[in-house]
Amino acid sequence: MTSMYAEEILDHYRNPRNFGELKDAQIKYKESNPLCGDEYEFYLKVNNGLVSDAKFFGDGCAISKASASMLSEHVKNKTLDDLKKMKLDDVLKLLGIEVSAARTKCALVALLAIQKGIQKFEGGKNDGSQR
Amino acid sequence: MFDGKKIREDFPIFNSNKDLIYFDNAATTQKPKQVLDALQEFYSQCNANVHRGIYKIAVEATDEYEEAREKVSQFINSKIEELIWTRGATEAINQILYAWALWNLKKDDEIVTTIMEHHSNLVPWQLLQKNGVKIRYVNLNGDGTLNMKELENSVSKKTKFVTVTQMSNVLGTINPVEEIVKIAHDNGALCLIDAAQSVPHMEVDVKKINCDFLVFSAHKMLGPTGVGGLYAKQEILEKLDPALRGSEQIKSVSLFETEWTDLPWKFEPGTPNFADIVAFGYAVDYLKKLGMKNVREHERDLTKYALEKLQQISKLKIFGPLNGTRGGVISFQLADIHAHDMASFLDDNNIAVRSGHHCAMPLMKYLGISGTTRASFYIYNMKEEIDKFIETLEKAKQVFKV
Ligand SMILES: Cc1ncc(COP(=O)(O)O)c(C=O)c1O
Repeated sequence: MTSMYAEEILDHYRNPRNFGELKDAQIKYKESNPLCGDEYEFYLKVNNGLVSDAKFFGDGCAISKASASMLSEHVKNKTLDDLKKMKLDDVLKLLGIEVSAARTKCALVALLAIQKGIQKFEGGKNDGSQR
Repeated sequence: MFDGKKIREDFPIFNSNKDLIYFDNAATTQKPKQVLDALQEFYSQCNANVHRGIYKIAVEATDEYEEAREKVSQFINSKIEELIWTRGATEAINQILYAWALWNLKKDDEIVTTIMEHHSNLVPWQLLQKNGVKIRYVNLNGDGTLNMKELENSVSKKTKFVTVTQMSNVLGTINPVEEIVKIAHDNGALCLIDAAQSVPHMEVDVKKINCDFLVFSAHKMLGPTGVGGLYAKQEILEKLDPALRGSEQIKSVSLFETEWTDLPWKFEPGTPNFADIVAFGYAVDYLKKLGMKNVREHERDLTKYALEKLQQISKLKIFGPLNGTRGGVISFQLADIHAHDMASFLDDNNIAVRSGHHCAMPLMKYLGISGTTRASFYIYNMKEEIDKFIETLEKAKQVFKV
């Protein structure tokens, strides 16, 4: 098995990209993973159906933080529908490592923050109650 | 006297996993072939429900089953009548809650426990709050030992119950349980000892401790999962009704009344986990043969060795006593490496440790941390393994750039 702690993962962990708050974001959602105590809030700005800016804030293990950091870069200029369709495999592809089964929750926490944020945002906009 | 390498030969898991360094013994231990064989033999040779059939193999099964009780009660120095089988320490604690505490503790009564308890000895007692019972938590000294002054001050005439772990599954702290029981009794309170982490690792004598209740789990001491022991003093058990009710525990049943059978069976409704209980008897045989003094000595050696080496690693913080009375459980944090990253990294190097809150969230909060990495030792561990563990921690420092 290749190590989860590849150079690039640790680089994103030590120097997370787009780290901080995005004051005028329309989408804002905090998600946590009780296993590791990871907790991240994601902020997305949406323009004409495209994500124009993204930031995140929070703390956790290397896997969760690296995936949050990589996702914050990945989501830009994507449509909300694109992001809603993303799955674990897509995150793993971004990470470029094998994540042990025990740690997939860590890899997913940032994506969940994004997707639940979008769901809440669209739910609010349509004024419908999706769930 | 005690050769970790030799002992390993009895444990098939190390044959299937040649390079495995198993340091998660506080969670559960591996099983020797003597226990696995006993299980296989029981099912192959005399499987039949216990205390029911009058045919030969049923009698044999019942004998084996009750022999296990004899072995285990001797192991903790209780009477046979005082050892009740449960599914584990957690269920045993719940039985005390439902058979005794809920009926006997009332508004404004107090219970005293500690901030270092496992959730299993903490969550159940919160239920008593609905009856207006107050829970008091005793804090720790700076070195991770229990603050005994505070405990003395917390126990008063209002205290009806004191419940304490004999050994912390996070810090390794061994508490002075005899002294604690005395303080409880001097104030008219009953006392429960959570011995889930002590019975597997040291001599535990319920008469010497003089506790009213004591609980432990077989799977943490070479035995199968799904078996545990609840010890309680006979005079207490005689006065109580069972927490769980059904078959096998009765003398006679009429439409509206039941007469309970004798101790200990009164507290054991339904078909027990008899095959695993029989195998547990063999686990205790195995430990007895090694000698619990030797087990303790072996772990003390390993722990001392590990603590010395760990303290030489810069930026490594150990949670728990560094010397004195402590068991083979070491919790630590290495610089800012997240506990789960640490555990994954160690796993990459075939070292199995636990990370996280270890079912002790209030303790984590008290220590101001979200989790630790924990290494815990047992009879089959060796100094060579600790050397590899230390090397791997040094490697982690490089990889994580701390
Ligand atoms: C101190 C302590 N008490 C209670 C328990 C619960 O044991 P079980 O899960 O076997 O019921 C544990 C297990 O981790 C423990 O370490």
